[in-house]
Amino acid sequence: MRVMSQIAMVMNLDKCIGCHTCSVTCKQTWTNRTGTEYAWFNNVETRPGLGYPRGHEDQDKWKGGWRLDARGRPVPRSGGRARRLARLFANPELPLLEDYYEPWTYDYETLIAAPPGDDLPTARPRSLIDGRPTAVTGGPNWDDSLGGGPEHLAGDPVLRRISEKMNERVRLEYEQAFMFHLPRICEHCLNPSCVAVCPSGALYKRIEDGIVLVDQDRCRGWRMCVTGCPYKKVYFNHATGKAEKCTFCYPRVEAGEPTVCSETCVGRLRYLGVLLYDADRVGEAASVPDERDLYEAQLGCFLDPHDPEVARAAEESGIPHDWITAARRSPVRDLITTYRVALPLHPEYRTMPMVWYVPPLSPVVEALTAGGHDGEDPAALFGAIDALRIPLEYLAGLFTAGDTAPVEAALCRLAAMRAHMRRINLGEERDPAIARGVGMDERGLEAMYRLLALAKYEERYVVPTTYVAGAQGAGRARGGCSLDHEGGPGMYGPDGGPEAFHAPPATGGPAVTAGAPQGGSSLRGRVNLLNWNGRGRPGGLFPARRSAGE
Amino acid sequence: MTPWPHLTLRHLHIALWGVLPYLALAVLVAGSAWRYRYDRFGFTTRSSQLHESRLLKVGGPLFHYALFLVIGGHVMGLLVPEWLTRRLGVGEEQYHAVALTMGGASGIAAVTGLGLLLYRRLRVPAVRRATSRGDRLTLPLLSLVLLAGLTATASSVSRPYDYRLGVAVWFRSLFTLDPDVTAMAHAPLLYRLHALLALALFALWPFGRLVHAFAAPLAYAARPYVVYRSRGGAPVR
Repeated sequence: MRVMSQIAMVMNLDKCIGCHTCSVTCKQTWTNRTGTEYAWFNNVETRPGLGYPRGHEDQDKWKGGWRLDARGRPVPRSGGRARRLARLFANPELPLLEDYYEPWTYDYETLIAAPPGDDLPTARPRSLIDGRPTAVTGGPNWDDSLGGGPEHLAGDPVLRRISEKMNERVRLEYEQAFMFHLPRICEHCLNPSCVAVCPSGALYKRIEDGIVLVDQDRCRGWRMCVTGCPYKKVYFNHATGKAEKCTFCYPRVEAGEPTVCSETCVGRLRYLGVLLYDADRVGEAASVPDERDLYEAQLGCFLDPHDPEVARAAEESGIPHDWITAARRSPVRDLITTYRVALPLHPEYRTMPMVWYVPPLSPVVEALTAGGHDGEDPAALFGAIDALRIPLEYLAGLFTAGDTAPVEAALCRLAAMRAHMRRINLGEERDPAIARGVGMDERGLEAMYRLLALAKYEERYVVPTTYVAGAQGAGRARGGCSLDHEGGPGMYGPDGGPEAFHAPPATGGPAVTAGAPQGGSSLRGRVNLLNWNGRGRPGGLFPARRSAGE
Repeated sequence: MTPWPHLTLRHLHIALWGVLPYLALAVLVAGSAWRYRYDRFGFTTRSSQLHESRLLKVGGPLFHYALFLVIGGHVMGLLVPEWLTRRLGVGEEQYHAVALTMGGASGIAAVTGLGLLLYRRLRVPAVRRATSRGDRLTLPLLSLVLLAGLTATASSVSRPYDYRLGVAVWFRSLFTLDPDVTAMAHAPLLYRLHALLALALFALWPFGRLVHAFAAPLAYAARPYVVYRSRGGAPVR
């Protein structure tokens, strides 16, 4: 047993209203720079729908994730080492910018500078890539809330796989009955295929917290990771020529703070916590022959932090004590392992994702209510979960490689929780059969209700701090943040600030030229508010006071 | 009267073929070391595949693989002395027939690939905009080096020149720190031009996108798939 720790996330899809606050705050924090205009480390998709980039789940086309070779060992679907090296000079499976969308701005200048005339001046859209006038034909949430209708939906790879079995009529009914939002970030997988295909070894999984990061100094722009990630959550910065991805807001997580997307989620649907897992079991779990066993196999990797044997092994492998206690209080562990209401996204990619989802029950309740039934009546609800085969099939296509049993079990537990809490709130007699029917007890249902419905801040986010003695600038030849390159993720200079994102494209090439001096010297010694915990006045916030004599 | 009556063509030859190569090499080594030390972030292919893939899928591999053949040909021609191949039983005519066909074919392939890539760079607006100042210097120079080399190879059909007794002797003599300037001074103009342009390219190498050649990910072939690293920085396993 080799115990490792990971900060994992669970999202409760029942509560997501698709407001995109997480996407916008994430963008303002991480990707409001030239070169990453099109990149959304966090995006919210409407399902069924194409997603972003369009149709990214079609692995026959994009070749993300792992497959099993003839001997049953996992190899990257895009090919092993030899094939990757042979395709170094043109990656045949790289999504183009048009598969995401072409970022644009508007000619705001004409609104102010247009000469007097009879017509109102208009701000025409202009491409941020080549600076030419463009027609806006796509965006990161172009088919939001089923916008675009059936012709967009037909491209949904999950739907396509199901509708091979179903006929058209059912599908249309289903579209009327069913829609939900799916916020997506990097999965920070236990078996990351982006890391596996990186020829430079720039991508790595952090031992301490399992966060998957790109070493910007080692990335050479071979862009294999973009292909390797089946979730298409590694992006190529076309200005710097480097791969960038969701960082799980590691500067915040290290300080014990939740990620920006979690912190700003108005629906309070995100949960963060520590999971302990056995690294020795991961390879075995990722290579189970039947895709439908992958969910159970991954559950089998997780360790029980209450088990004294596990705690001892964890201490031995250097996991700090407060991480083990945090793992015991982990809301993520509760939702995944204890209540079994959270499911992984696309386990069939064999990457062992670590951002899990509580499947949405609300569409089922709504469909019942619309049909004239009492949507909260437990008998009707349990029946409906089973009767509404198609949503189950669809959810299973997302979360369990097509196996509807775990999805149904999770939905039934959520329905039981609703039924139980309704009886309490209405002062009716409690019915222990409800809890028993889904394999739980009343205390468990109430605890789950507290976690999912009340969702207190301290209970949603149990993030232990990471501290290393003398870590100030450790391992860095020159001081300062390793991301503070010109155009890099931590760049807050005049060219990389929020203004640059909306500014009309500058003439000439991108800001980074070979051999250019780096680092915004104007900000040296000043504070980066990104790392400020909000308490007290940070040093360097204001310019140093001049001495009285001057 | 010239201001320096003692200055002859011989001095120019010494400067070009006895001094300049070492200067170029020094700039290449020191420049690369400097770039790696101070601008590791800049070591990248600066790929523009995100903007355009159709032409790149043909041009990129064609150019690079042909270039490997061209480099292999230079190693054969410049580093392997003539007496060695002769002792192995390969006659001069035989050798040149092979060199001409193989070298010519890979040269044409490389020029075709580069042509495609340059066309793409000029005609696709997004790629054109992604072109840096360094590219504007490097890419024309690279084209000139390739064209001069290819023309020199082609010219050997009508005017045979045994470069293994001329250019190659000079090239090898550079590494013994005793440059054989005369060997190069008597080479045909095309060969001298090709060498001169190549020296310029080497001197420019560290400062543009060509540094990505030093980033060839050979270690990938022997690496475990998943890389773990500690927060402290050093790679583990």
